[in-house]
Amino acid sequence: MSAAAAEPSRWHEAVIERVVRQTPRVVSVFVSASLPRHEAGQHVDVRLSAPDGYQAQRSYSVASAPASGALELAIEKLDDGEVSPYFHDIARPGDTFEVRGPIGGHFVWRPDDGGPVLLVGGGSGVVPLMAIARHRAVVAPEVETLLVYSARTREELIFRDELFERKAREPGFALAVTTTREPLSSPVDFDRRLDRTLLREILAGWRRSPRHVYVCGATAFVEAMTAALVAEGLPPRIVRAERYGGAG
Amino acid sequence: MVTRGFSGRRPGSEAAKRLPPGQYQTHDFPVLSMGPTPSVDLAAWRFTLNHGPRPLRSWSWEEFEALPRTVWRGDIHCVTKWTRFDTTWQGVAIDDLFAAAGVVPPTQYLLAESYDGYDTNVPVADLTGGKAMIATRYDGAPLAAEHGGPARLFVPHLYFWKSAKWVKGLRFTERNEAGFWELRGYHLYGDPWREQRYTGDP
Repeated sequence: MSAAAAEPSRWHEAVIERVVRQTPRVVSVFVSASLPRHEAGQHVDVRLSAPDGYQAQRSYSVASAPASGALELAIEKLDDGEVSPYFHDIARPGDTFEVRGPIGGHFVWRPDDGGPVLLVGGGSGVVPLMAIARHRAVVAPEVETLLVYSARTREELIFRDELFERKAREPGFALAVTTTREPLSSPVDFDRRLDRTLLREILAGWRRSPRHVYVCGATAFVEAMTAALVAEGLPPRIVRAERYGGAG
Repeated sequence: MVTRGFSGRRPGSEAAKRLPPGQYQTHDFPVLSMGPTPSVDLAAWRFTLNHGPRPLRSWSWEEFEALPRTVWRGDIHCVTKWTRFDTTWQGVAIDDLFAAAGVVPPTQYLLAESYDGYDTNVPVADLTGGKAMIATRYDGAPLAAEHGGPARLFVPHLYFWKSAKWVKGLRFTERNEAGFWELRGYHLYGDPWREQRYTGDP
């Protein structure tokens, strides 16, 4: 088995290096921890401990490329959440918690996998896809990649500036962004719900046939997107999915 | 190690007793699958018991629906850390399935196999004695496709990845062969009460 089967069982101390606001609902938490090197698309488990010994665990996708220094976790604030409000309202540099991982040996892209690669993300589902986009830029810029990204508003696009910059700078990286709750504002491409019709239009414009597809987002989004891609003729076996549950 | 400023939101004492270590209670029913939800046509659906490469018994949907029904009510635990209380499932107990097939388990292990190519290993002893079923209904209604319908394996005392969605059969194996997630870093057995999430967990 691959490196993904490396023992993830031990908890490691994670030290927060910085907390960077990405959108009104998402912060990036950069941590240093002596975890085994992750692969693009994987997640880690996080454990917080209260003074009386009470602990809470959650899983968060890694946004940073493998071997790129601090581990970047992009964390969406859930109003009724137990763990995400800590990262939004309390966490600051020097604070510590625990992590273990990396975890997940399926929703990963490795340089050997090649391309073309199609990434489809809804909301915070873009986070593991970002790790793939960043990794590819470093180790395999020749791999043609399209990121289709749907968010409610321009303000809620995580990694917005970096993504549009990559689109401008990297010949192999294409980007199609749609905002579903506000009218078109440059440099966003569409202001429609991402459905089969829009997906078909975007894929036709890309003019590539994907060899690997990664879809991540809320359950309803992933169900709709994966069904649309299969209906458009992509073999189900090339479509990897990661669905976000509803709690945090 | 204490995380500065974290106090947490403790579950009530009743809920705390029902939550395995590291789990939290959710009122949603999150979905986790490796790829697209397959559409499984009931007219073509079959459920097959195999011993290695050899089929032992196979049922059509109508035949399967005529088997004795079992109802189970209780809690389910996903390795991604959510636990959902008081879920109600209906289907065919594995004991009844083996009895209907006239099958005495020929080995101690099996792989549950699904229409989307997924598989997962479970010891036979964890499926018999009223511990598991092939579920076809959730909360009184036919099981939705995204939750594994028309039929999924249902083994509530193990993490829920063992409860293979879109199940098409059980295959007895001589050895305890790792399935899809078990080959990708997840625990070979998966007992939530011992927190056996990943390879290397005790």
